[in-house]
Amino acid sequence: MDQIIIYKIILCAIVFVVTLGAAAYMTWGERKLASWLQDRVGPDRAGPFGLLQPIADGLKMLFKEEMIPTHSNKWLFILGPSFFMLTACMTGAVIPWGAGFTIDGTFFPMQIADINIGLLYMLGVVSIGVYGIMIGGWSSNNKFALLGALRASSQMISYEVAMGLALIALVMLTGTLNLGEIVAQQDADYAYIVYQPLGFLIFLICAFAETNRAPFDLPESESELVGGFHTEYSSMKLGFFLFAEYINMFISSAVMASLYFGGYNFPFQHELGLEGNLLSAIQTAVFLGKILIFIFVFMWVRWTLPRFRYDQLMNLGWKVLLPLAIFNIFITGLVMYFTGKL
Amino acid sequence: MSLTEIAFYFLSFLAIFSALAVILSKNPVYSVLYLIVTFFSIAGHYFLMNAQFLAAVHIIVYAGAIMVLFLYVIMMLNLNEEQEEKTKNWVKIAAVVSACSIMLILVSLISKSTYNMGKAPMAGDAGLVQNLGKVLYKDYLLPFELASVLFLAAMVGAVYLSKKETSKS
Repeated sequence: MDQIIIYKIILCAIVFVVTLGAAAYMTWGERKLASWLQDRVGPDRAGPFGLLQPIADGLKMLFKEEMIPTHSNKWLFILGPSFFMLTACMTGAVIPWGAGFTIDGTFFPMQIADINIGLLYMLGVVSIGVYGIMIGGWSSNNKFALLGALRASSQMISYEVAMGLALIALVMLTGTLNLGEIVAQQDADYAYIVYQPLGFLIFLICAFAETNRAPFDLPESESELVGGFHTEYSSMKLGFFLFAEYINMFISSAVMASLYFGGYNFPFQHELGLEGNLLSAIQTAVFLGKILIFIFVFMWVRWTLPRFRYDQLMNLGWKVLLPLAIFNIFITGLVMYFTGKL
Repeated sequence: MSLTEIAFYFLSFLAIFSALAVILSKNPVYSVLYLIVTFFSIAGHYFLMNAQFLAAVHIIVYAGAIMVLFLYVIMMLNLNEEQEEKTKNWVKIAAVVSACSIMLILVSLISKSTYNMGKAPMAGDAGLVQNLGKVLYKDYLLPFELASVLFLAAMVGAVYLSKKETSKS
């Protein structure tokens, strides 16, 4: 029992470090991809191919002067980015990163917390994620920051509804809220994208909106709001806000990969003749590859589509995605009834 | 003390402390933030009773949606300590009297009840999603559906009211 607890602590540390490292190199990837799409070179000064750029950026953030504006609320001003970072890292706990390893007859699962209500936990963390932005934006005592925070909160609340409803159709199929079981089911069956194409599309769009990524980056639209909710932030507190966005992207890519694209499973995995730990290692690598593809999609969309107008954003959320999600639930129920799955 | 007992006392302390802070803090934004802490500690209590679904939904609905809207409105209005509404004296007296009588009723009830605290935490699986779903959709289907119709009516009413406001102005 103690062995498992120590293992879980180590796994927590590994997931944390991998998430942070991936997020750091995503900033590099984003800049390289942007430069590629815009036909320029991008960062290439620090190290080969500019690979040391994230480290240079991180050091710059750390050594910048800490600024706390005078009429702002000091405690809440610090609490905002900290809370945002915390909620960004929390979802990683329920994601199954692999099938697990067996060493000396002891099974080590590659999931930190295998809880029954994994999906609900995820939705809960997403729904409290908005507080970091709201607290940070309000405590800065700045009009633009407040406007950005209000935009962020209304946007995230609106898209959470459609996201939850898209997940309900998936839960109807799986019959469980346990993320580990949902991934395991996709080993025997097809990946759930085959049964839930519409649900996946809705979830993808909502994931873009929840992570405040373009084309839904209205909370920080620089042409209208200076910097949005982080206008007054400097040094590492700004770094936390920017960094948490990349962590959110990484985690939501992992969630999409595990819910709709089979997680760590890949086609013909049992025909390879591999067993046990080796197969499990390949599966984890495949899962990370799927996450990379989704991260690429996130960045691709950002450098392709222009930003929405705010009324367009609200119309899309409430008048298009919400009815579509309800329609998706209805169709899923109907198909399940007639195929006798219900 | 076992781990669950420590968790129980910690959560109880947190819940009572933050509930007091809700009514004692002058700044409405602080009150809302403390109320969120209260909701979290109550969700923790649900987890201790193995009511996972209730705990998760409590966080998603109360902390994640309702309190965000609360905070939204308070930040929009930007209430300050100076703008605090002056209440009349007789309202204060009435509030104190009614609160004291509620307290009296609660104390008399609790002193008569025979509840055993912490007898079986983390026991019973009535709060698991599957069992709760079966109970709601089999044994209590009619009340459940009636409650949802009520919510739908409230939603339609809210939409109607907001539409009416905009057409006037």
